[in-house]
Amino acid sequence: MTKQQANWSPYDNNGGSCVAIAGADYCVVAADTRMSTGYNILTRDYSKICKLADKCVMASSGFQADVKALQKLLAARHLIYQHQHNKQMSCPAMGQLLSNTLYYKRFFPYYSFNVLGGLDSEGKGCVFTYDAVGSYERVGYSSQGSGSTLIMPFLDNQLKSPSPLLLPAQDAVTPLSESEAVDLVKTVFASATERDIYTGDKLEIVILNAEGIHREYMELRKD
Amino acid sequence: MHSNPAKNHSLVGPEAASERTLYPYVTGTSVVAIKYKDGILMAADMGGSYGSTLRYKSVERLKLIGKHSLLGASGEMSDFQEILRNLDELILYDNMWDDGNSLGPKEVHSYLTRMMYNRRNKFDPLWNSLVLGGVKNGQKYLGMVSMIGVNFEDDHVATGFGNHLARPILRDEWHENLTFEEGVKLLEKCMRVLLYRDRSAVNKLQIAKITEVGVTISQPYSLKTFWGYSAFHNPTVGAEGSW
Repeated sequence: MTKQQANWSPYDNNGGSCVAIAGADYCVVAADTRMSTGYNILTRDYSKICKLADKCVMASSGFQADVKALQKLLAARHLIYQHQHNKQMSCPAMGQLLSNTLYYKRFFPYYSFNVLGGLDSEGKGCVFTYDAVGSYERVGYSSQGSGSTLIMPFLDNQLKSPSPLLLPAQDAVTPLSESEAVDLVKTVFASATERDIYTGDKLEIVILNAEGIHREYMELRKD
Repeated sequence: MHSNPAKNHSLVGPEAASERTLYPYVTGTSVVAIKYKDGILMAADMGGSYGSTLRYKSVERLKLIGKHSLLGASGEMSDFQEILRNLDELILYDNMWDDGNSLGPKEVHSYLTRMMYNRRNKFDPLWNSLVLGGVKNGQKYLGMVSMIGVNFEDDHVATGFGNHLARPILRDEWHENLTFEEGVKLLEKCMRVLLYRDRSAVNKLQIAKITEVGVTISQPYSLKTFWGYSAFHNPTVGAEGSW
């Protein structure tokens, strides 16, 4: 019998876009809820946002099975941390853990593109952005995933973060108010959905501030 | 790297040395499943393809797992049988606790997810797309797992060709309060489209129902078809130069 499948691949790209914006006293993390494979939509309602600690959420796109494995691993590591230290992990600590976890699989990587958003120990918004093998950076805002090429330049244009080369180091958080940041997130996703076939269906927005975690949703194009 | 010609028994090519599934042999085609008012309905035909040869015609691809779950499989049928053996053991060992607890569809789906992902990590995949549905404590559950571990829940799911042909119909016509009769009618509509357009589909199918009360897997039956359209009788009319 002849071979039917050309070759099996352990990876797939299930698409999706993630955005996070940090402000002086809040952080907004958002992602669409579409999950695709090739030209197929698998489901229109899959959450890419995962709460890792009280003040730390991760939005991930890429290969869903790897993302799920990564989320489970981080949840297990966080549980151990809580037992050992009797407190929730801070967002910068979770940021380092995520980097190490990704690099641990450097030679069979998790095909996942993450942004981590939350509040640091001073209550200031923080965003960490990653590549699939764990190199990361603390920034004021970031975008990852299939629509990032459309979203990132738009955020750059609107938010104009100070150069990381400046001395003394400038604060990277955005000058926007919380509601302005939420509106900006809605706009960038509505725009990305127009051109990126892997982004759409619904937008999930998670807002972290002194009050806690708050969620809202916005419908996106379904085509 | 230098390959050692003595070690490479390459009379039948490099594949002979491999002991993992490189490609499927006997395969089942689409599975379609929906939530309805009282539970889950699942449909699959009974064809077992050997490449493009229709080799088997009575393959049962819908199976009961434990008390609350229904599993449907497409893809390699021998891998499906291995999965069933694993699940039988899981259910047996769970039952031996004799604590009155039993695994629900959510747990079984999660287990399947880890099983599929674990095998892909070993580069030795189970060549299936699985659909898992069930009801426990009044909660309906319907999910899917792919060969490489991609998994999700939805109100309606379909594997393979079903994703192309059945899900658009389901997105148009599915709603939360489908009765059993309406649900079966909707699944039969999907299966009929698949029968007409998917060459490996056969006109012998089973529909399974799972509710809080229990499971019923139907006897195999056929759908009414109509091949009398003139375009079917003379498909090349108006296409000059065609066979």
